[in-house]
Amino acid sequence: MSKAFEFPEPDRERRLHEIRREAEQKGSVKSPGARPQGAPFPIASAETGYYGIPLLKQPPWTWEIPLYFFVGGAAGAAAVVGAIADVTGADRKLVRHARWIAAAGSVISPALLVSDLGRPARFLNMLRVFKPQSPMSVGVWTLVGFSSGAAATVFADFMQQRYGPSLPLRIVENAGQAASLAFGLPFSNYTGVLIGATTIPTWNQNVGELPMHFGMSGLSAAVGLLELMGHRKSRALQMLGLGAAMFEVWEGWRIESRPQQALDPLKHGLSGSLIRTGGMLSGPLPVALRLLSLVSNSRELRKWAATSAIAGSLLTRIAWIYAGHVSARDWRLPLEIKG
Amino acid sequence: MPTTAFLTDSTLCIGCKACEVACKEWNGVADDGFNWSGFSYDNTGAVGHSTWRHVKFVEASPEPGFGGNAPELNTWAFSSDVCKHCENAGCLEACPTGSIVRTEFGGVYVQPDICNGCGYCVVSCPFGVVQRNPDDGRAFKCTFCYDRQKVGLKPACAQTCPTESIQFGEIEELRAKAAARLSELHGRGMSDATFYDASDSSVKGTHAMFIVRGDPRAYNLPPRPEVPTEYMKKAWKSCAIGAGMLLAGSLLAFLFENRSNGQ
Repeated sequence: MSKAFEFPEPDRERRLHEIRREAEQKGSVKSPGARPQGAPFPIASAETGYYGIPLLKQPPWTWEIPLYFFVGGAAGAAAVVGAIADVTGADRKLVRHARWIAAAGSVISPALLVSDLGRPARFLNMLRVFKPQSPMSVGVWTLVGFSSGAAATVFADFMQQRYGPSLPLRIVENAGQAASLAFGLPFSNYTGVLIGATTIPTWNQNVGELPMHFGMSGLSAAVGLLELMGHRKSRALQMLGLGAAMFEVWEGWRIESRPQQALDPLKHGLSGSLIRTGGMLSGPLPVALRLLSLVSNSRELRKWAATSAIAGSLLTRIAWIYAGHVSARDWRLPLEIKG
Repeated sequence: MPTTAFLTDSTLCIGCKACEVACKEWNGVADDGFNWSGFSYDNTGAVGHSTWRHVKFVEASPEPGFGGNAPELNTWAFSSDVCKHCENAGCLEACPTGSIVRTEFGGVYVQPDICNGCGYCVVSCPFGVVQRNPDDGRAFKCTFCYDRQKVGLKPACAQTCPTESIQFGEIEELRAKAAARLSELHGRGMSDATFYDASDSSVKGTHAMFIVRGDPRAYNLPPRPEVPTEYMKKAWKSCAIGAGMLLAGSLLAFLFENRSNGQ
């Protein structure tokens, strides 16, 4: 039973009694009356904006989008790593595993993107135009190219493993790999462009780093996944993982060392904690674990570094999207009001 | 076709909300609930997917004493807000389906039969106008009454406004009208009357112009709205450098591994 339905309400009856007594004794009522819920109300002015009602709208995206950023980043980087490993003649198993990660991403990514749409049945409307000035349009076309390439590579490779070598399939495999390499490079990090080139202050104030940041985060995740799939002896993966994690350390320092008001959601509150936790898991922690594993030659430590990097990569995307929501709600920024 | 515009003169607005009602009725826009905001008499809050005209109630902002008020009282200003129909529109640039187009009248129009609800226009509007309708899934905003303009009629809000606070017409004519009105207001002592069309920003001017009293920020009008395409060069440069780092890093790592394995 809710309290609101109790009648009479003792507190309010007591208050009425107090007012009557004050009126009797003093001839008028001077004490502040019952304040309406939410009082004092904000006012509209050059210092307070329009009652503090946010000017900007929050991103309408659902949970699929940060997950799409994570999956797409890892898949794009895995395709690049796989293609380079293939042409440099690295371990076949590593090449194949990298291709599988890319192919899995090429299926999951579009599914996530489509299900986030307000009208998923109209996904194909994205393909009626190509607009270079729209990162969303460029991204969708990149996704189409990447997915086709990554899927074709795995398909051709699989058929050859099953039914023996064949020249047409070899051509499909190589062409698919070339496409997944060419499209995988931008696919791994264009999501930074996507959110950087918007009106959300905390995103556009980081537009110069976000694509690199997301790209390296994707590489961390791809390397981590390959290591968890058993490639914990590969020195190339160790170097890539170390390099990406070191970039993440630098990125964390970049965020923390700049004092702009627009960066507050990255440092304070829940969004700040998420960004910092994601940063620790992506940067300093894997760097330390990888260095230790190099010294001690421990494959167990590499497993932990890989796990940390993957978790950090996912958390980083969730944190950035959430920070965008916090930033959009901050009415001061677009009105250039300090505070 | 003439390039058309709105001139919304807040010094003439009486806060009757006829424009809000007319807009909803003409365009068949759903109600947005009946909630009390506590912010003056503005229970709408902001323009959005179900609010294409929105009357702001700005208390205590302009210089007190004008407009017949007692000197010790604050003036109460009203201003009808609407999609700005930017000359350089963020939503239009961002739309990946080509659903958002510029009409022959210069307005920015979302074609509802093409929009697939990706929501990218929402984060690309520097004025926070366009919004995705969670029930419908698509993005909606003021259409500039494209249907009415097509047959030579004024938009519903301008047609309904009883004080001609919302004026509609050819853009250059309205600019001249605004300049004349501004000097008239200044001459009458309203020195805080200002004209807002964001023409000095990357938005390059709006097709919905405003005359307001006091700082436009009290009306939630941003001093320097930025079209997100301004960030594009920096963003793609970072994308290219990131891709280069990924490619070069992978090559170096695997070549180095090969060499050390070979020896």
